[in-house]
Parts: sequence; C-alpha cells; structure tokens
Amino acid sequence: MLSKRLIACLDVRDGKLAKSVKFVDTKDIGDPVEKAREYYLDGLDELVFYDITASSDRRSIILEVVEAVAEQVFIPLSVGGGVRSVQDATDLRLAGAEKINVNSAAVRRPQLIAECAEAIGNQNVVLSMDIRRVGESGEFPSGYEIVIDGGRRPMGIDALEWTREGERLGAGELVVNSIDADGTRDGYELRLTRMISDAVRIPVIASGGAGVPGHLYDVLTEGRADAALVASMVHYGDYTVSGLKRDLNDRGVKMRMSW
Amino acid sequence: MTVIVDYDAGNLRSVQRACAEVRVRARITNDPERVRAAERIIFPGVGAAGSAMRSLRARNLDAALTEAVAGGTPVLGICLGLQISLERSEENDQATLGIIPGEVRRFALSDPALKVPHMGWNEVRVVREHPLLEGIAPRDEFYFVHAYYPVPKDPDVTCAVADYEGDFCCALGSGNYFATQFHPEKSGRVGLRLLERFARWDGHA
Repeated sequence: MLSKRLIACLDVRDGKLAKSVKFVDTKDIGDPVEKAREYYLDGLDELVFYDITASSDRRSIILEVVEAVAEQVFIPLSVGGGVRSVQDATDLRLAGAEKINVNSAAVRRPQLIAECAEAIGNQNVVLSMDIRRVGESGEFPSGYEIVIDGGRRPMGIDALEWTREGERLGAGELVVNSIDADGTRDGYELRLTRMISDAVRIPVIASGGAGVPGHLYDVLTEGRADAALVASMVHYGDYTVSGLKRDLNDRGVKMRMSW
Repeated sequence: MTVIVDYDAGNLRSVQRACAEVRVRARITNDPERVRAAERIIFPGVGAAGSAMRSLRARNLDAALTEAVAGGTPVLGICLGLQISLERSEENDQATLGIIPGEVRRFALSDPALKVPHMGWNEVRVVREHPLLEGIAPRDEFYFVHAYYPVPKDPDVTCAVADYEGDFCCALGSGNYFATQFHPEKSGRVGLRLLERFARWDGHA
C-alpha cells in the first residue's frame, strides 16, 4: 500500500531562505541546502522549493540552489515559482529538480501545462493552485476561485473547473493551497481538498493552514489528500519531520517509517 | 567503468549524483561502443516505451545492451529501463528488447481512490533472495512513479513485490541482469545502498 507523504516547502529568495522563515538555531539562517539536508536525514518524503526571488537574475540563483541540494538529498525534489516556459522547466530539471510546479503562468496560458508535460512527462508536472473561498454562485459553482500572483490577483475562474482543465492538459499532480487557511495555523481547508481530490485521478497535495499534527491527520483522512505540505510547523522548530510522521503513523495513517 | 545509458529518457544526472554519493563514478553515454566495453551498466529511464525504443534503435543502443547482457556484464535497469527489457509493452503496444520474457501492463484498478500513476513511497517485499536486495528490511520503502508494471513470464525472476491493489513485481533478476520498478536514486538511504551493492556485484545471483 502506498504511504501518504509528508512534504516540506522552503521559500527561497535570492538563494537564501525567505525571511518569513525563522529558525531557532541561528547558524541555519539563510541556507536552504543545510535545511533540506536536515529534513532529508530526518525522513522527509519529498521537498519543494518555491523561488520567490524578484530580481532579473533569479533563474541562475535558484538553479545553483537546486544543484547543491540535488547533490545531497536523495528524495524527490520539486521546484516552482515563476516557471513560465518549457525552457524554465528543463533548466530546473537539469539542475536536479524531479518535478516542476507551475502556477500563475499556467493560469494565464494553460497550454504551458501541456507543453511541460510533453517535454518532461506528465508525472513531473505539478499544477499548484492558490484558491480562495467566494461562496457558490453561477460564476463559481464550486464556491472557490483561482487567484494568482501570490494570492493577490483573483482570476474569475472556478477552482474545480480549473482543476479538471489542469488534469486534462496533462498535470501529473495538484497542489491545493487555500489562501484562506494559509498562515492561520487553524488547519487545512478540508472541504476544498476533499472536493478536488474526489474530482480527479491524480494525486493531491494539501497546502496551507497546518498548525498542529492533528491537522495533517484530518487532511490525509477526511480531506482525502495524498500528501500534506508543511512549512512553518517544521521551520520554526515546533515540530520535527520524524515527529510528525510518527504521530500520523500512530494514528493509523500509513507513512514511510524507516529511512 | 560504470556507464549510465543515455537515450533521451529522463533525468540521468539524478542517477549519476546518487552514484557519486556512494563513491561510484558513473559516466553518462549514448555511445554503443562504451556500453559494450563497460564493466557495469545502469539502464534508467522515464517516459513512454514507444519513444524510448525509437531512441535506442536510432543510436544502436538496443543491440549494444542486449549484447552486453548476453556477454555477462552486470546491468541494473531502473523504471522504464526495466519495462523495456521485457518483450512487449501495452504502452503504445510496443515491442521491446526482450531480455526478460514477459510483458508490461497498465494498472487497471477498481478502487477509484487509487491514483494512476502509482506515485510515492511503497513497501518493497523481497520474495526471492538476491545480492542486490540484501539488507532490505520488511518495512523499507522505495519511491515509485509509474503507470505500467512488469509481468514476467517466469514467476521465478521476480525478486520483490509491492502492493497496489494486489502485489506486482517491482524488482526482477535473471543472471547478470537486475532491474527495479522503483527509483533507488530517489529512495533515500535504502536506495543508495542498493546502488552501492550494484557497484560491487559480480553479476551472479
């Protein structure tokens, strides 16, 4: 039986961990490679880097980070943030990323999903979606809307409709990031995650809102997610990767417990 | 020299990096002569059977590989590398290398909650002892990404199985040829250990 996955997301700006990430041990501040290695050795199942660099030389910086991590971390590595073309995707793959996350650029130009799937294989194309609750209406039958550009720009697209379109265009996996739950530490948005997971045949990664281990349990069971993504829970030192996995395993969720 | 066969089928550098981590120098090559002369061959791959076979044939790598296997060179197939070692794949209804009798089928699952591709970590259960699988404990898991799975004709070549609505063959071995459906290069320490054992393997099961 397939295990559920615990995925950690690291936001990288200018080659360093973004300031929103605070670490107890000050030695670690700013080094995504160290952090990635630490989580890997602690049993992390998959790693996501999100590049939030704004400058124009962003690409070369993230490529260096990915390359350094890929030399030391032997689990699937996923990279996103500003992927606009097949060239971006293949550059990141050559640097060592297994999977490529597309988000805003795919909403603006959906064909990007198909192009990336053709170039690097469906299973390596992750469609990451930022979604906000708007209430059910004629325009939004699911009650959820797609937003882009880091949650700032509403697109007038129904979330469930975009999900199905993404799967049809060849996405191999989905990240469901709830803008409403993100940062609250009140738990993942279960209803949204479950609705999307039930609507597709590809794996769904839940993102946004995790605060305590029980939240991971809820989204992996009731929310029907295949994987739970965490960030601040582990970055702040409140929880460890292995501790979270042990907790889930003790509650009866099948996790990889040997590494 | 260990070579990693390059036939435009996925990211070979992740395999090379994992080899480097266990102090094995492996050279990525698409030259059939280097494949014939290699001490050991890693035959990885991600993608579709049809384009993989076209690409192998275009470079005469298909002949080089089958000759190397026949000549006793230790070979490790990974993922698509395993699949196209069989005779036929349902994917693109493609005739493949035929190193191992059998075929490759697509997962046809009745449980709608089970996703295809089979993607993620799953337990690998050893059903037949093999030097490359030494030390794998019952709860050890490996990383998988695939929509098709191998069905070898001779059940005795199956060395390990994984469960996805029933057991399927996820590692097979025949003489100097060994292959895994999972990705040792992405499976953490247990995967690195498998690569390390391959680097020392004399090709005898």
